[in-house]
Amino acid sequence: MKRSRLLGLAYLSPYLIGLMVFTMIPFAASFYLSFTDYNLMSSPRWTGLENYIELFFHDRTFRRSLSVTLLYVFLTVPLKLGFALFIAYILNYKLRFINLFRTAFYVPSILGGSIAIAVLWRYIFAYEGLVNMLLAYIGIEPINWFGDPTNALFTLTLLRMWQFGSAMVIFLAALQSIDKSLYEAAAIDGASKAHSFIFITIPLITPVIFFNLIMQMVQAFQEFNGPYIITQGGPLKSTYLLPLYIYDEAFKRFDMGYASAIAWVLFVIIMALTLVAFWSSKKWVFYAGDKRS
Amino acid sequence: MSNLSDISDVATTHAAALAEARDANNRQIRNARLSAALRYVILFGVGLLMLYPLIWLVGASFKTNSEIFANPGFLPNSPTLDGYQKGWETSTPYTFGRFFLNSFLIIVPKVIGTAISCTMVAYAFARFDFPFKRVLFSSVIAILLLPNVVTRIPQYILFRDLGWLDSFLPLWVPSAFAGDAFFVFMLVQFLRAIPDDMEQAARVDGANSWQTLIYIVVPMLGPALISVCLFQFMWTMNDFLGPLIYLSSVDKYPVSLALKLSIDTTEAFEWNRILAMSVLTITPALIVFFMAQKYFIEGISAGGVKG
Repeated sequence: MKRSRLLGLAYLSPYLIGLMVFTMIPFAASFYLSFTDYNLMSSPRWTGLENYIELFFHDRTFRRSLSVTLLYVFLTVPLKLGFALFIAYILNYKLRFINLFRTAFYVPSILGGSIAIAVLWRYIFAYEGLVNMLLAYIGIEPINWFGDPTNALFTLTLLRMWQFGSAMVIFLAALQSIDKSLYEAAAIDGASKAHSFIFITIPLITPVIFFNLIMQMVQAFQEFNGPYIITQGGPLKSTYLLPLYIYDEAFKRFDMGYASAIAWVLFVIIMALTLVAFWSSKKWVFYAGDKRS
Repeated sequence: MSNLSDISDVATTHAAALAEARDANNRQIRNARLSAALRYVILFGVGLLMLYPLIWLVGASFKTNSEIFANPGFLPNSPTLDGYQKGWETSTPYTFGRFFLNSFLIIVPKVIGTAISCTMVAYAFARFDFPFKRVLFSSVIAILLLPNVVTRIPQYILFRDLGWLDSFLPLWVPSAFAGDAFFVFMLVQFLRAIPDDMEQAARVDGANSWQTLIYIVVPMLGPALISVCLFQFMWTMNDFLGPLIYLSSVDKYPVSLALKLSIDTTEAFEWNRILAMSVLTITPALIVFFMAQKYFIEGISAGGVKG
């Protein structure tokens, strides 16, 4: 049904204005600012590639921050997705109380980025906190969760793994939509459960795996609340993720040009990995003929 | 005779087969029971891991400061409201009541702006034809994936130039222009699945597109719109970075910033105040979630969501 094109654009207008003012122009401005020296006091001064040269060749904090960020993302995303899929798989059996379990698993995700949860994490993983008290019962020495540079990042990862709920709900919805007769046919042909899982379940849910992978990755690269509240980037900058570094440069030191350059490096990394995922998805994401929409 | 022996042969093999089948069946049932039990054990264990930190938090908020790091149990030995009383007072001239009020002053206009703008935009995408429609819809998905980190600094400079710093405007306005692409996407998907017969009928009866939107489309979008409002409520309640960048006076702080402030300003050993205020901070979100669970689960199952 075709109606006046102008009418359509009229309803679209909030989005068009928002797209220009809050996304496109800032996006371009950020690219421009990354080649300038700008402290908000005087107007931006063009410095060419200076910011990037400083970043890549002289800035040791940046190098540290970049490697910590990559480590964090490559730890968090697969662990979280693997765990979410595992639990969704178990929940997919006809069990009693499934809704109760699903709710229980989803609650931590709902509270997600809440500062209160970061505060809670800080307390339960404190040296004398809940986790070490419980470990003492089974005779394990207290662990220095946030005080030790090798543990701190992993403890932040645990916080995000704890919020596997929304990825799990998406997996569960996908698992529930798989036609049960496929499994029955495979079982008659003598396939074991493991075979069915690898050759039926996984291929059929690859679109959802792909979706979760991209969303979780984009999100993990922008993690801010956890390290900001719990570790402030320490100890020894072992949790100083790039968003923290950008925040410090931009809103503490008001070095907007340099902060924009870091933001652009982060952006390019996220985009590159997203493109790799999209490009490779042709090889591993399987769309059933009638489900493509 | 041969017939008879045949029959007996058949009978014995039959009996043997039956016995074997029964064994196999029993084995299967036993295995099934075992694996069902195993599944419950795993689910229960994981459920405990998920919920115990929250349960402990509630218990610990009623404990004395010396007990918080000594008692891993839920129940306080000597329950006290000290944390709530002193935490509510805060070390600022304002109580936590003020910070809750601020949170709601941020949330309510933002949710309303989101609902109205996203409905209009989704209506445009799902029911109208206009130039560059495909490209524009792709831009919705692009924004969905675009890391905010790259637009944040220029947005800050823009709001500074407009003189909006230290006001709620930077938190409200982008949402009122359908800035949360996820909601647009979700509503478009929802609307596309609904046939437009009713709208056609309304038009035949002389309704214009605006009346059709208000009286036909909005009621049909009902559940999806509720999901949108609930998610926006939740995300705004939890938002920390936005207020952190834009708000500088304490009297405008929402609860998320106030909680961070109380960590920074509370004496190092007054843990129960912070835990008590943490409990209060997550309470509105929990109440809303439990009242409207099905909208959340449907919302994320339908569109997939961050979190």
